[in-house]
Amino acid sequence: MLVLAIDTATPAVTAGVVAVEPERVEVLAERVTLDARAHGELLTPHVLEAVGGAGAALTGLGAIVCGVGPGPYTGLRAGMVTAAALGDGLGIPVYPVCSLDAIAAGVTVDEPFLVVTDARRREVYWAAYAADGTRTDGPHVSVPAELDSPLRAVAGHGARQHAAVLGRRLLDHDHPTPHGLATAARDAVLSGAEPEPLTPLYLRRPDAAEPGARKRVTVS
Amino acid sequence: MSRIIMGIESSCDETGVGLVRLAANGTVELLADEVASSVDQHARFGGVVPEVASRAHLEAMVPTVRRAFATAGLSMSAVDAVAVTAGPGLAGALLVGVSAAKAYAAALDVPLYGVNHLAGHIAVDTLQHGPLPEPCLALLVSGGHTQLLRVDDIAGKITEIGSTVDDAAGEAYDKVARLLDLPYPGGPPIDKAAREGDPNAIAFPRGMTGPRDAKFDFSFSGLKTAVARWVEAAQARGEEVPVPDVAASFQEAVADVLTAKAVRAATESGIGTLVISGGVAANSRLSGLAADRCAEAGIELRVPRPRLCTDNGAMIAALGAHVVAAGCAPSPLHLSANPALPVSTVTVS
Repeated sequence: MLVLAIDTATPAVTAGVVAVEPERVEVLAERVTLDARAHGELLTPHVLEAVGGAGAALTGLGAIVCGVGPGPYTGLRAGMVTAAALGDGLGIPVYPVCSLDAIAAGVTVDEPFLVVTDARRREVYWAAYAADGTRTDGPHVSVPAELDSPLRAVAGHGARQHAAVLGRRLLDHDHPTPHGLATAARDAVLSGAEPEPLTPLYLRRPDAAEPGARKRVTVS
Repeated sequence: MSRIIMGIESSCDETGVGLVRLAANGTVELLADEVASSVDQHARFGGVVPEVASRAHLEAMVPTVRRAFATAGLSMSAVDAVAVTAGPGLAGALLVGVSAAKAYAAALDVPLYGVNHLAGHIAVDTLQHGPLPEPCLALLVSGGHTQLLRVDDIAGKITEIGSTVDDAAGEAYDKVARLLDLPYPGGPPIDKAAREGDPNAIAFPRGMTGPRDAKFDFSFSGLKTAVARWVEAAQARGEEVPVPDVAASFQEAVADVLTAKAVRAATESGIGTLVISGGVAANSRLSGLAADRCAEAGIELRVPRPRLCTDNGAMIAALGAHVVAAGCAPSPLHLSANPALPVSTVTVS
């Protein structure tokens, strides 16, 4: 089955066309740009270029896999609403994947590890994984200094960014890739099951304060 | 041959999806107008919280699109073009609509038109009153905008004649409502309270009406402060605040300045039609006073029904239809939302 993989939970604007079979996950074409401010602008063009690069058509896709964060909100929403609208317009299912799981799916190490991405405001999103890529804790959001885990190896661009504080061994997997996204969603996609709801992992409430008492304009 | 245009709006706190049919003779017919509003989620904050609005847009977008097609009894494959609000508006909110519109345009293999929200407020009138006489004058009054516009071509040439230098008219309503312990949004409760009050009870100032002020600009910040001072003075004297009189007198000041400037602009430029649109156009005193003054000046007044005046997808679909009919070039798929899109840009190329 041809699967379109999309992720905008990190500074990477990611789109790829992946052939997904029980024994095979093969990327046919991908377009990725690192620009945290260009998700809205570039994602749909990237999707069309990836589909064209794979020698396919949008109407030939069987499913969409979409990273649902955690990630900075505005960019994350660009990817999720694009995936949801493409799925609706094409009449194909959209499968959510935790974006940290998609990074973990690309990691091959023989020990448990962390995936850490940037959450802005000097915080990180993070989750812990077993050596086989199964998530064992998280996702959480916290300041890097308070990331509470004994694990020594860490993937994700947030690990590189906050290396001075995190002080762990860096694994070279910074962003969710089409291969990682498709791998993380393979079982769900091939089962043909009704997808889970496409719910964004914001992990934080909106910043908004209820107004206090009104300020007087006259001096009493 | 008729064409079906889908319009998507997400510039503030309403997720709107409209469907219209553009007939071969250029007439535009409304087929569906579905809106999901997050206004209740903003009420306790006393104003729109951008992040709350953006989250609500993501949740509501696809369900609202589906409702629109169900209402119209159309399949998605009937769509010939997708129009979307490219700006002005809240950046994060606009981005959700623009991203969705691009994806629908790509999936359905139809052209995309990123269009101006303010022009949409004018274009929506054609759904109710038919083709716009051009040139015409438009007064846009809402929680985010207060502008006087000259429309030479709804699909291409719109010029700003004046705008507010501080608060939007609707914003002044919200702030005065809060002062009077009335709920948010402030327009409807103030309008209701004003019906029991005397509009001449208190002489609130008419902003930007001095001899040296810009003739067609507006200001509502001073008015809001004047109302606050008056209310605080009454409270300091231990008097009960006469809410109906304050509401009616405030509303009179707003409607007076808006209609006086709009009618003067029309008269001075020899324009025979005034369109009033935007959420505040639903205000009964504004439309009542405008009707009186337009009749006196011999100007045709067009005010769309309240449902069309507030933010919705039908207005964007209607504008999209006029843009398509005019043969304008579509927007590229790398279209960006522009929170400060000037009204002179009707379609983003």
